[in-house]
Amino acid sequence: MSKTLFDKIWEKHVITGGIGEAQLIYVDLHLVHEVTSPQPFDGLRNTNRRVRRPDLTFATMDHNVPTKDIFNVQDQMSRLQMDTLVKNTKEFNVPLASIGDDKQGIVHVVGPERGLTQPAKVIVCGDSHTATHGAFGAIAFGIGTSEVEHVLATQTIWQVKPKTMGIKVTGKLPTNTYAKDIIMGIIAKYGVSFGVGYAIEFYGETVQNLSMEARMTMCNMSIEAGSRTGMVQPDQTTFDYVEGREQAPKDFGAAKSYWSQFYTDDESDFDETLTFDVSNLKPMVTWGTNPGMATPVDQFLPEIKDDNDANAYDYIGLHPNMKPVDINLDYIFIGSCTNSRYEDLEIAANMMKGHHLAPNVTAWIVPGSRAIRNRAIKSGIAKIFEDAGCEWREPGCSACLAMNPDKIPAGKHVASTSNRNFIGRQGVGSRTHLASPAMVAAAGIAGHFVDITTDEFV
Amino acid sequence: MEAFVRETGRAVVIPNDNINTDIILPKQFLKNILKTGFGKDLFFDWRYNADGSLNATFELNKPAHQGASILITGNDFGSGSSREHAVWALTDYGFRAVIGGGFSDIFYMNSTKNGLLPIVLPEENRKILRGIQADETIQIDLPEQTVIYKNDTFHFDINSQWKEKFINGEDDIDNTMKYEQLIAAFEKQRPNFG
Repeated sequence: MSKTLFDKIWEKHVITGGIGEAQLIYVDLHLVHEVTSPQPFDGLRNTNRRVRRPDLTFATMDHNVPTKDIFNVQDQMSRLQMDTLVKNTKEFNVPLASIGDDKQGIVHVVGPERGLTQPAKVIVCGDSHTATHGAFGAIAFGIGTSEVEHVLATQTIWQVKPKTMGIKVTGKLPTNTYAKDIIMGIIAKYGVSFGVGYAIEFYGETVQNLSMEARMTMCNMSIEAGSRTGMVQPDQTTFDYVEGREQAPKDFGAAKSYWSQFYTDDESDFDETLTFDVSNLKPMVTWGTNPGMATPVDQFLPEIKDDNDANAYDYIGLHPNMKPVDINLDYIFIGSCTNSRYEDLEIAANMMKGHHLAPNVTAWIVPGSRAIRNRAIKSGIAKIFEDAGCEWREPGCSACLAMNPDKIPAGKHVASTSNRNFIGRQGVGSRTHLASPAMVAAAGIAGHFVDITTDEFV
Repeated sequence: MEAFVRETGRAVVIPNDNINTDIILPKQFLKNILKTGFGKDLFFDWRYNADGSLNATFELNKPAHQGASILITGNDFGSGSSREHAVWALTDYGFRAVIGGGFSDIFYMNSTKNGLLPIVLPEENRKILRGIQADETIQIDLPEQTVIYKNDTFHFDINSQWKEKFINGEDDIDNTMKYEQLIAAFEKQRPNFG
C-alpha cells in the first residue's frame, strides 16, 4: 500500500493501539533541558521510578544560560533550574552537556550536531521547536511536562496519529532569499493555525536543494503554523550531514540502507496538500505580533482588517502606510534554534563584512552551540561580527525568549532571526520583527530593513 | 490526576482568538521547579497593572467572577510554547474546563494530563454562551458529552480514550506499565546500527 514518509516511520514505532485511537509509540531519542525537566524528575523520585533508557536520553542547558558571562548566573531561579538539572541527571544517570562543556548549546542545535538526530527516529523534547529535527526525516515533536515524565519512565508516549499534509515547494529560490523566507511566506499566506492536527512534510525540488541547516529552519517553524511536526525526506544531503558525527551509527552503510526506505510513495497519500512557489519570493519581515503577520520587504504593511490587527499595530508602534524599510531598529539579534547554525552565521557575516553597525544599533550574535562558536572563531567569522561592532556571545537561547539576562527593552524595535514575535516575547514591551539572518545583518548595518534582493546587494 | 465527570459552575468570558501560552503564563514564571502555585500568575500581563496592582477592568478580576470554574474563549487557544505550566496555572486558579473554538495540539494534550477539560464548540454555540451573566451557571456532562446553559444543550466531541482518562482520573505511567512486556519486546527488535 502506498504511504507517506510519516506513516512509514510511525508504523515502525507503534507498540500497541489501533488506528484512530491513542497508540503507544516508542521514543528513540529524548532531549531534555533545564526548564521542562525539574517536575518530571521530581515525579520519578516521588514514585520510585527510574529513567528507563538513559542511553536514549540527552540533556543540555539553554533557556536560562547567560550568554555574556556564561558562568555568572545572577538570577536565583535560573540558577536553581540549572543546578537541579545537574543534580537530576547525575542521580538518574542521564548524559548532560552543562555550561562550559564542548557539547553544550541550544538543544535543537546540539542534537543534530552530535549526530543524535537521525532519519526514521521518533524524537521528543519538552519544547515546541522540537519539530526542527524533522529536517532529517524523523518524526520529531514537542511534548508537555507530564509527557516528559512519561517518556523518562517508559521511553514511550501515547499519541493519536495526526493527519498528514504535504507542502510542495516549487521554483528557484531568488538570490538572497532563504529557507526562513519560504517558511515565513507560507505562514503569511496560510495563517498561524492551518497546520493544527497535521504532520507536515515539505517536499519538491526546491526543498531537495536546501542544505540541512536550511531544512532545519523550515521544520523549526512548522509549529508557528500550528503543526507539531515538520519533516523532509532523508536523502544524500541528510546522510552526508550525519556521517562522521560523534553519535552517528557505527555501521553507517547498514543505517543508510535502512533509512533509504523512508519516503512518501505518492503525493496523493497526503490527507492535504498545498503548493508554494518561491520563484518571485521576496525577503519576509513581520510587522505584527504573530508570525503570520508578515509582509515582503518591498510591500506596504497591510490595512487593518480587525481588532487583532489594530491591537498588533498599537503594540508594535507602526501603521499601514509604512514599508519594512521605514522601521527604525534599535537592536538586532542573530541566534535561536531557528537560525544560529554555522551556515546562518556565515551568511550574516558575509552581509556585514567590511561594514559597521548603524549608530544606535546594538547587535547580539549568539551561536547555537559551543562547537559552532569555536568554529566561527577559528574561521574568522566571529572577528567580522566584532569588527562590525556586534557583541559576540556564548551559546544559548538568549533573546529568542528572554528567560535569561538577554532582554530587549520596552518600546525598542529588534530585527530578530528567531521564531516568535509574540507580545513581550523578547522582553516586556519589546517589538520584534522576524527575518532571515541575511536580512537582519543588513538591517543592522543600515539601521532599518533593506531589500537585499536589489542590485546593491546581489 | 483529578477525575472529571460532571461540573456545574460559573463562567468567565475572555473571547479573544489566538491566546497563546505566553499570554496564559508569561515565561518569567517558568522558573519554578514545582507544579503548584501558578494560579496567581495566570494571564499576568492582562491581570496586573505595571505597578503590580490588579487591573480592575480585566474579567478575571471582577468580584462577581471570583470562583468561576469554566473559561469561555475564542479560536486557537493555547498556541505557541509547549509549556504545561500554562495548564497548571489554569487549574491552580480553579478552572476545570475551557470552552473554545479550537486548541493547539500540545495544549490539548497537556490538558488531558491535568484534568482540565478542553471543549471545542462552534462559534454559534459560543456566541450564546458569551451572553452568560456572572450569577448564572453552565453544566458540563462528560459522559453525555454535553454543555448545558439555560435551555440550550450543546454536544461536543472527545476521543473515547481521553474521555475515559478524565472520568477515571488515571495516571498515564501506571497505565502504560501494563504494557511493559510489549515495550521490552519492542526494544529487542529495534534497529541498532551501533
